[in-house]
Amino acid sequence: MITSAFEYHRPSNLAGALTVLEEHGDDARVIAGGHSLIPMMKLRMADVPHLVDLQDIADLKGITVEVGTVTIGAMTTQHDLINNKALLAAAPIIHEAALQIADPQVRYMGTIGGNVANGDPGNDMPGLMQCLDATFTLVGPDGTRSVKAREFYEAAYMTEREDGEILTQISFSVTNSGFAYEKQKRKIGDYATAACAVLITKEDGKVTSASVAMTNLSDVPVLSEAAGAALVGTSCDAIAMKAAVAAALQDIDPTEDNRGPVEFKIHVAGIIISRAIARAWSRA
Amino acid sequence: MTNQIVKMTVNGEKKEILAEPRELLIYVLREKLGLTGAHVGCETSHCGACTVEINGKSVKSCTMFAVQAEGTEITTIEGLGSPDNLHVLQENFKEHHGLQCGYCTPGMITRAHRLLQENPNPTEEDVRFGISGNICRCTGYQNIVKSILSAAAELNAAKEAAQ
Repeated sequence: MITSAFEYHRPSNLAGALTVLEEHGDDARVIAGGHSLIPMMKLRMADVPHLVDLQDIADLKGITVEVGTVTIGAMTTQHDLINNKALLAAAPIIHEAALQIADPQVRYMGTIGGNVANGDPGNDMPGLMQCLDATFTLVGPDGTRSVKAREFYEAAYMTEREDGEILTQISFSVTNSGFAYEKQKRKIGDYATAACAVLITKEDGKVTSASVAMTNLSDVPVLSEAAGAALVGTSCDAIAMKAAVAAALQDIDPTEDNRGPVEFKIHVAGIIISRAIARAWSRA
Repeated sequence: MTNQIVKMTVNGEKKEILAEPRELLIYVLREKLGLTGAHVGCETSHCGACTVEINGKSVKSCTMFAVQAEGTEITTIEGLGSPDNLHVLQENFKEHHGLQCGYCTPGMITRAHRLLQENPNPTEEDVRFGISGNICRCTGYQNIVKSILSAAAELNAAKEAAQ
C-alpha cells in the first residue's frame, strides 16, 4: 500500500518542529515511532501533506527520576521504558504494561508520547497515565502548558492538544503502591479486548487509596473513581472486590467490534478488573 | 513530490539512493539496493517477514519510510551470512529444520540475532516472547525455537573457548 505523497521534515530542535506546524497548520502532523500513523497513512485514513519527524530532537528523549517525580520524554520508546532500571524501581506498573504492548519490533519504535497523544482508545498508556494521575506537557506557539491525563481525552482521537502543539513530556509521582496492569487480547499485537490498571496502597491491612483505570472499554480511557472508593477502607475482601468491579462496569461504555459484542466485553472487563485488583492488592 | 537523497550504511557499506518520501524502507532495500532477503509478507506490521536491524533495533521495514532511515546503520539477512559462510543462526536453522517454506526465515533470523545480542542466554520462554513479532505458518515454531536456543549455546561455547 502506498501512502499519499508528502513532504518530509526532520527538524533538529523543538522550535524548528513548531515552526513547520505553524506554517502548515492542519496539513502538518508530527511522527514519533510511526507505528500507528504509518498504517493509517497507508490505508489513506490519514492524509498528511507535511510529515514532521521528531527523531532528531534530543530534548524529547530520556527518563529522569528526581525528588519523587518521574519525567519521561515523549520520544522515549516502549523498549527504553522496559529496560530502564530507575523507572522499574519508581513505577513498576509501566514495565508490566509496556511489555504487553504490541510485539518486540513495535516496542523498539513505538513511543510513550505517540501512545498517549494519538487518542486511540486501544492504546494502553492513556488509561495507565490516568491511573498514575500523570501530567502531560504541551508546547505550542503560545508557550508551554500542562494538562492532567485525567482531563486530556475528549473522544476517540480527540484530545486537549491543539493542532499547533506538541506533547513533549509526561510526569508523575514515584509510586510504591501495589500495582497491576492486566490485559486480555486475542493475540500478540492486538489491542485489548479489555485492560485495567490498578494502584493500591495499604496500611494496617486496609486499603488507604485505590486507583482503577481501564483501556478500550469506551471511546476514551476510563478512570473509575467509584471503583477506587469502593475499595478504600476495606481489606480488599470478596465483597469489596465485587462492589469495586460492579462500580467500574457502571463507568464503561464498550461498543461491539471484531473483538466481540458488548455483553462479551463487559464479561471480559469484569474478570480483568477483578484480576487486576487482586494482583495489585497482593503486592500492596 | 520530489525525490530526496537518503544516505545509509547497509551491511557495512555506505549507500546513497534517491527516494520519494513516501517510499517504504522495505521497497528501497529490495528494489533499489537489490537486497531481496527481507520479505514483504503482510505489509501491515504484523508478520515480521520484513524485519531488519536499524541502529541496534529490530524494525519492521514495511512500517518505516526510507527517509526516516537517513543516517542509520542497517543490517539485513545478507549482512549476517552468505551461502558459503553461514551465520551460526543460519547453520542452526538448517540443522534443526527451523524452516519449511522459508518465507519468514530472514525476518526470523534477523530478529533472533538481535535477541541474542541483548540476551545471550535466553530461556525457551524468552525466545518465544522475543520472536512474538514474527509469524511462521509452517513450522509451528517448535523447530525455530530449538534452532535459536541451539545457536545461543553454540555462540556461548565459542565465546568461552575464546577466553
